[in-house]
Amino acid sequence: MRQTRAVELGTGLFVLIGVAALFFLTTQATGGDDFSVSDVYEVQVRFDNVGSLKPRAPVAMAGVTIGRVTSIEFDPYELNAVVTFVIDSRYDQIPDDSDIAILTAGLLGSQYLGMQPGGSPDYLVDGGGDFLLPQSAIVLENLIGKFLVKDSDDD
Amino acid sequence: MFLDIYITIREFVRTFGAFQLFFLRLLMYSPRILFKRFGLVVSQVYNAGTLSLVIIMVCGFFVGAVLGLQGYSNLARFNAEDSVGTFAAFALVKELGPVITALLFAGRAGTALCSEIGLMKATDQLSAMEMMAVNPIRRVVVPRFLGGIIAMPLLAAVFSAIGLFGAHMVGVGLLGIDVGAFWQQMQQSLEINDIYEGIIKSVAFGIVASLLAVWEGYNALPTAEGVGRATTRTVVITAIVVLIIDFMITAVML
Repeated sequence: MRQTRAVELGTGLFVLIGVAALFFLTTQATGGDDFSVSDVYEVQVRFDNVGSLKPRAPVAMAGVTIGRVTSIEFDPYELNAVVTFVIDSRYDQIPDDSDIAILTAGLLGSQYLGMQPGGSPDYLVDGGGDFLLPQSAIVLENLIGKFLVKDSDDD
Repeated sequence: MFLDIYITIREFVRTFGAFQLFFLRLLMYSPRILFKRFGLVVSQVYNAGTLSLVIIMVCGFFVGAVLGLQGYSNLARFNAEDSVGTFAAFALVKELGPVITALLFAGRAGTALCSEIGLMKATDQLSAMEMMAVNPIRRVVVPRFLGGIIAMPLLAAVFSAIGLFGAHMVGVGLLGIDVGAFWQQMQQSLEINDIYEGIIKSVAFGIVASLLAVWEGYNALPTAEGVGRATTRTVVITAIVVLIIDFMITAVML
């Protein structure tokens, strides 16, 4: 009987440790849901070039994540990219003429949407993203191209 | 000579077929054992899981620590040493966790399963059970098979979690990477799907490792030499099959 109890205790302990490890991996090691607010509002903005921006990329203002990109689609009529993102409803006083740019976190990091506040008295939550001032992703090849052209002009 | 080749190939195919039938038989008996004789399965989870916990934790810790060191020394060339956490997490959760756990599991639990069943056969315990109208596959083989399958994913999760802890100890404690950068970069790049990939792999490896162990044990020659040879074969074949299946699952899930 003692033997069985020890076995049961050991098994229970093992399963608990295993489940705890799984729980740790799913909650602590992944950060997919660090923006899991349900109360959000949706904004659409058009970019000429989204670079390598991906859905679920963070939307940051002053370096703080306030939202997340939900979808990126190509508009076949206007021939540009429509980026839909959501912002936490707590942040409902963002001016609707804010700058929005596709930035890169670090030299090799992933891309995110960075916002700079504008001066409009109207808020983004009411007006939608029509008045946002979008700035396309910087494509390295274009920069290099410009640099080379400028260099040859000097000659 | 052609006859030899023919016989070799025929024997191989026959063994392979017998293996499939054996697997199907285990699957057929599994639900009833799982629900009616759960106590048997629990004691096998103890044998395969709890008793392997120490080796898994120690190995996991040092694998993680080595990933921290290697990641640091290589990533520091690109000034990207903050990504050590990401690097270690991807390596552990998706590859090293399931694979090394499966190899250790084959060495620690697979050999035990195989030699136990093989010795039972060599000492005629299995025949004795049949005499008493007890199906040895149901009574002996299936609980060990199920115990291994239950234990393996949990062991892999423990391995990965302890490994991350080891990487943290080396990266943050020893090499001075910022704690926030270490975990935050990891959390940003690791997604729940990566964890699922690790779980799927470890379940698949658990099935492979337990199945091969009980198969080799059940079909061992009932002599001291035969059991020894079967035990060796368990480790060798499990290692090969696990690595092949790892490649296939990675290719599919990529």
